[in-house]
Amino acid sequence: MIRVVLPAHLRTLAGVGLEVELEINGLATQRSLIDALESRLPVLQGTIRDPVSLKRRAFVRFFACEQDLSHESPDAPLPTAVVTGAEPFFVIGAMAGG
Amino acid sequence: MSGVRVLVGTRKGAFVLTSDGKREVWDIKGPFFGGWEIYHVKGSPVDRNRIFASQSTGWFGQLIQRSDDGGTTWEPVGNQFQYEGVPGTHQWYDGTPHPWEFARVWHLEPSLNDPDTILAGVEDAGIFSSTDGGENWRELAGLRGHDSGQSWQPGAGGMCLHTIIVDPTDPNRVFVAISAAGVFRTDDGGVTWHPKNRGLVSGSIPDEDAEVGHCVHHLAIHPSRPQVLYMQKHWDVMRTDDAGESWQEVSGNLPTDFGFAIDVHAHEPETVYVVPIKSDSEHFPPDGKLRVYRSRTGGNEWEPLTEGLPQRNCYVNVLRDAMAVDSMDDCGIYFGTTGGQVYASANSGDSWAPIVRDLPAVLSVEVQTLP
Repeated sequence: MIRVVLPAHLRTLAGVGLEVELEINGLATQRSLIDALESRLPVLQGTIRDPVSLKRRAFVRFFACEQDLSHESPDAPLPTAVVTGAEPFFVIGAMAGG
Repeated sequence: MSGVRVLVGTRKGAFVLTSDGKREVWDIKGPFFGGWEIYHVKGSPVDRNRIFASQSTGWFGQLIQRSDDGGTTWEPVGNQFQYEGVPGTHQWYDGTPHPWEFARVWHLEPSLNDPDTILAGVEDAGIFSSTDGGENWRELAGLRGHDSGQSWQPGAGGMCLHTIIVDPTDPNRVFVAISAAGVFRTDDGGVTWHPKNRGLVSGSIPDEDAEVGHCVHHLAIHPSRPQVLYMQKHWDVMRTDDAGESWQEVSGNLPTDFGFAIDVHAHEPETVYVVPIKSDSEHFPPDGKLRVYRSRTGGNEWEPLTEGLPQRNCYVNVLRDAMAVDSMDDCGIYFGTTGGQVYASANSGDSWAPIVRDLPAVLSVEVQTLP
C-alpha cells in the first residue's frame, strides 16, 4: 500500500483527506502511481500531469524520503520505503509566486 | 423579472452576487474554488441554473466547472483541450516559431439555444466546442489552421482567444477576437474562418492596416442588430455596420481611446459603454478618475459617467471581460476592477455604487437576468 499526500487544492478538488492510499499492481513508479491515483480520483486527471503529453506539470514536484524525485524518470522504481508505505509520496505545489 | 445574478471571476476564486430588481441590496456568495484563477463564469441563456466556470492555476492546469443549481453547487466536467492534429507553430515574441501550447480557457460562451452546447476560447489561441455540457471538447481547428495562423503573435497577456460572439439570428455565424491576431468570422459553424479587420489601423505592427496582427481587446453586440459590432482595440474604439467587413473609428472625444472593456445597453443598440485607460503601459484611468464613458450615438460622442465612482487617487484597471449589462427594464451596467471592486448601476450608468469592494482582482463579470 502506497500513501500519497496531495496539496491542499487537490485535496479540496478531490474531496479527500491528507493521505490517499493506493494499491499498485506491478512495478511501482511515478507513472503507475499517478495512473492509479487518476483512476481512483478521475477529477485529478490533468492536474498533476498534462492530460495529453502526460508530463509532470512544471510547478508540481514529487518528494519522498526527503528527496526531490521530480526529475527522475517516470518509469524509475519508487523508493522501497514508499512502496512499503513506511514513507509517503508527496505531490507538492512548487514555491512559485501567486 | 425577479432579479439579477452577477457572476464574478477573480484571480483567487469565483463569487456569485444576487439581488432583486431594485439592485440595491446584495447577497454575496463565495469564494468558490478559492485560490484558483477564474478567468470567466457565464450562465446558459437557455437554462439559467446552468453556469460554467473556467478554473485554472499555473500549478494544476485547467478545469471546467459546471453548476446546475444557479451557482450553489459545482462539479468538474471535462478538461481535455487537445488541438487537432499536429499543432504546428505560431510566432513567439521574438519572431521565432513557437509550438502551439494549451495554457488556459479565457472565455466560455454558452449556446443561445441549447444548454448542453458551449464554446471555449483558449490560449494559445483556439476555439473548442462541447455539445454535452462541457464533458468533452473538440477543437474547431479551421480557425487555427487559417493561412495566417503561423504569423499570429501573442499580446502582452499571451496569445489568447478572449472574445466569442454568436450571431443571435444565425448560430453558424460566430465572431472571435484574438490578441494579437484580430477578428475572425465563420459563417459555416466553425469550419472555415475569415479575418475581418479591414479598417483597423495599429501603429505598433509593421503593416499598420494588415489583414491580421491587430490587438483587438474586446467586441460587443446588441442582439437586435447582429450586423453592428463595437470594438475596443488596443488603441481605438471601432464600429462595424456590416458584420465586420469594414470598421470605422468612433473614439471621438474620449480622453484616451485605449481600454479593454466595451458593452452595449440592453435596450438601446446605439448606447455603448467603455472605460478609458490611460495607455498601453499605464493601465489605470487618466488623472486617477474612474470614469465610464457612454455614447448614445453609437460612438464618436461620449459623456463621462462619474456619480458614485472614485474621482481621485484611483489606479485600477477594468479588464476585457469585466463589464456586463442586465436586461431589466431599467438596464443595469456592471463592471469589476483589478482592485477588487464590483460596481453596479441600476439606471443605465447615470449613477453607480459598489456591490463589493475588496475581492481579489476581478477578471470577468457576467450577469444573468432572472425570470
